[in-house]
Amino acid sequence: MYDGGKIIPGLIIFLLIITYPFYTNIGKPVAEIKPDLKTPEIERLEVKECVEPKAFMRAEHMKLLNEWRDSAVRDGNRVYINSKGKNYQISLQKTCLRCHSNRDKFCKVCHTYAGVKPYCWNCHFAKQEGKG
Amino acid sequence: MLEKALSGSRRYWTWIIILLILIGIGFINYLRQFKLGLGITGMSRDVSWGFYISQFTFLVGVAASAVMLVIPYYLHNYKKFSKIVILGEFLAVASVTMCLLFIFVDMGQPMRILNVILHPTPNSILFWDALVLNGYLFLNIVIGWATLHAEKKGIPPAPWVKPLIYISIPWAISIHTVTAFLYAGLPGRHFWLTAIMAARFLASAFASGPALLLIVALLVRKYTKFDPGREPIQAVGKIVTYAMITNVFFFLLEIFTAFYSNIPGHKHSFEYLFAGYEGYGKLVPLMWLSIILAIISLILLINPGTRKNEKTLVIAALAVFFSLWIDKGFGLVIGGFIPNPFETVTEYWPTLPETFITIGVWAIGFLILTILYKVVISVRESIGNLEAEH
Amino acid sequence: MSLDRREFLKLTGLFGLGIGVSGVNLLLRSRVDAREFVTPSGSLIAKRWAMVVDIRKFRTAEDYKRVIDACHSIHNVPDFGNKKDEVKWIWTEEFEHAFPGQQNRYLPEWVIEKPFLLLCNHCDHPPCVRVCPTKATFKRKDGIVMQDPHRCIGCRFCMAACPYGSRSFNWRDPRPFIKKRNPEYPTRQIGVVEKCTFCAERLAQGLEPACVEKSNGAIIFGDLADPNSEVRRVLSNHYTIRRKPELGTQPSVFYIIGGEENA
Ligand code: HEC
Ligand code: HEC
Ligand code: HEC
Repeated sequence: MYDGGKIIPGLIIFLLIITYPFYTNIGKPVAEIKPDLKTPEIERLEVKECVEPKAFMRAEHMKLLNEWRDSAVRDGNRVYINSKGKNYQISLQKTCLRCHSNRDKFCKVCHTYAGVKPYCWNCHFAKQEGKG
Repeated sequence: MLEKALSGSRRYWTWIIILLILIGIGFINYLRQFKLGLGITGMSRDVSWGFYISQFTFLVGVAASAVMLVIPYYLHNYKKFSKIVILGEFLAVASVTMCLLFIFVDMGQPMRILNVILHPTPNSILFWDALVLNGYLFLNIVIGWATLHAEKKGIPPAPWVKPLIYISIPWAISIHTVTAFLYAGLPGRHFWLTAIMAARFLASAFASGPALLLIVALLVRKYTKFDPGREPIQAVGKIVTYAMITNVFFFLLEIFTAFYSNIPGHKHSFEYLFAGYEGYGKLVPLMWLSIILAIISLILLINPGTRKNEKTLVIAALAVFFSLWIDKGFGLVIGGFIPNPFETVTEYWPTLPETFITIGVWAIGFLILTILYKVVISVRESIGNLEAEH
Repeated sequence: MSLDRREFLKLTGLFGLGIGVSGVNLLLRSRVDAREFVTPSGSLIAKRWAMVVDIRKFRTAEDYKRVIDACHSIHNVPDFGNKKDEVKWIWTEEFEHAFPGQQNRYLPEWVIEKPFLLLCNHCDHPPCVRVCPTKATFKRKDGIVMQDPHRCIGCRFCMAACPYGSRSFNWRDPRPFIKKRNPEYPTRQIGVVEKCTFCAERLAQGLEPACVEKSNGAIIFGDLADPNSEVRRVLSNHYTIRRKPELGTQPSVFYIIGGEENA
């Protein structure tokens, strides 16, 4: 059943597929979508800053959230000290969504664009949908 | 060789289509379960494992039983098994596949199945079970395929196959031992907390697996040109006999310990299963059916006259299979949850969707079995034709 | 056999390449240093959390309800209204069901009839943790047996292992069955197991567990490892019992049953 003629191109295609996110992302700026930053909480801020610099948040917020999650739930460390030494309570709902209370106009617009559907919202939720 | 499964008689295709329809129905129901959750099954907070896990437990036994052919053939050079040993190995392949599927359909979050590998946890028996089951599946596919390939070419199997076969023997014991440990190590469940659990599992496995094999071998003889031969079937019959006697003996040991010691926790599940507990007794008729079938099978098996007669031997094999299916594929798992840790009772009965999913998984198993056996038989038939031409 | 040695080597090479690619991928990503995860100052800390339920002080149905509702409303625990799908973190059970095997029919009537508050025992040797295949349930250094719903695969091995019936599974979508959602805490989803966490999220904010707070002193919470803690004082002054001590799990929830004052 040895059939190199099929196996090798098969492997190459497989390789191309698994590395797809890598080479499609090289040098490409994240798309020009405008997640809405106008929420009462952010308006109130003196310095309009996220928990980390904007570029980092854009690229790495999913990883940061995973770290937050493991730190809070698994290690019991529920305070995050950011790169500037500022403290944040680790909470998706009480911290991220307090500032970004407009989840649908913020997280969601990006995710719809990027075609990701974080399953977090099966459990975590924004305040305004807390009715029932 | 797989292409041999693509040509067959009308009967063959009808059977395949029936299986595919059952798989389809099961799959549609699984999609519903995937969306709505395991709430569509009969399981509950109190009986948190049901039909799926009990089928899994039963089928691990069927899978392990392949060694009952491998040991005589490879260790004791019992040549008469040469034709059917591969049937045992492929039965193991189909059974282990069903086991894995039953675990899968039982998961609340199937998308996260890789967590078992991403966060390996050696203190969990389930982790080991996943390892040994996959290993056993791999071993039997490789061994079965390699020996069949060799047979087709008329050469002895490659030298690396032998060590794998020897490994597969303790491995088969391990899959059922580890599966018994899933239950036998839980502190609060008296029914399962018994040192004899693994031994009982093996005894029932070595009865139910060969019984199924015997039935299938006779079907193969009836519907194909391939005849496994009378003597191997008689030998399998003897294996079933001894294993079934041992199994019943082990069961009686459990009864003795529970009732002579008179410790309530040890008696409760037995009472629930065989007599009813505090007015609940949904499984009582089924469990008695299991006992009656076991008695019938023993009478037919122990009596040499009825064991040697293939007609009565099949009846005995069917009785063994269904008796043990009820005992292990139903009573053992459900019984362990009743009464619950508060000594109150929530009963369990599978729902319709749950039953369809279960049938669907069995149908996948039979499909795999059919295809693998078809390949074996086609190879055998073509060798037979070649020999006839010479 | 279709996989010979050459192909095997090729496959391994491919794996190596894959790992290399992801490594480069990681390096190219932006990095922010000097970040830290710490325990909040002012959070309640212990070597070994434990709880004493003084059942004498639960007198009316309202006393139980207040405590249970506090827990269930804060943690978005759904109420399905049926026993099959039931999810509960803290609940009541009569003596003979809470302490099976320890009942006898000559017990004072009030003991036989009194509801006992049950919850996860946060055992020293938790069988649920022992069996979990993904470490989704695990024991923290302070003794709390946590449940990580992010990692749970819903195999329910822990439910079979728990001798106390403390674990619930989300058989159905819980959200429609939560009367009023608390936006400070997540809900759960289909297919994961949940249970009491000794209010790990409240301890981090310096608050006692919700049931303790609402119990008017009937539940005492504290550090078992600290000889001067209130739990230790209470334990040394009262005869207490635990559920199924013979199993060796070493529960950290104790019960004061009490004496005449209840008669
Ligand atoms: C203190 C309020 C605040 C909190 C808390 C907060 N953010 Fe932000 N976030 C902002 C502001 C303000 C910006 C815009 C920053 C800028 O323009 O430099 C922002 C930007 C972002 C961006 C980039 C948006 C873009 O247009 O590229 C992401 C992604 C983001 N936040 C996610 C999060 C996540 C995830 C959390 C929780 C871990 C979080 N934020 C917590 C205020 C906050
Ligand atoms: C600037 C656009 C943008 C904003 C704003 C944004 N995200 Fe994302 N998010 C993305 C992209 C793009 C991905 C996919 C990245 C990938 O697959 O590597 C993603 C992925 C995620 C993931 C991982 C999902 C998965 O399936 O892997 C999580 C979790 C997540 N985002 C949470 C949030 C939350 C919470 C917010 C709002 C507080 C938010 N994001 C706001 C762009 C954004
Ligand atoms: C099965 C339900 C569920 C899902 C799905 C879920 N979470 Fe959680 N999450 C919880 C629960 C429950 C907690 C525990 C809250 C606590 O202890 O404070 C939690 C805690 C957290 C925390 C830390 C504490 C807090 O209050 O936020 C973070 C961060 C977090 N989750 C992130 C995520 C992200 C990111 C996702 C999606 C990728 C996600 N979660 C998906 C249920 C869930």
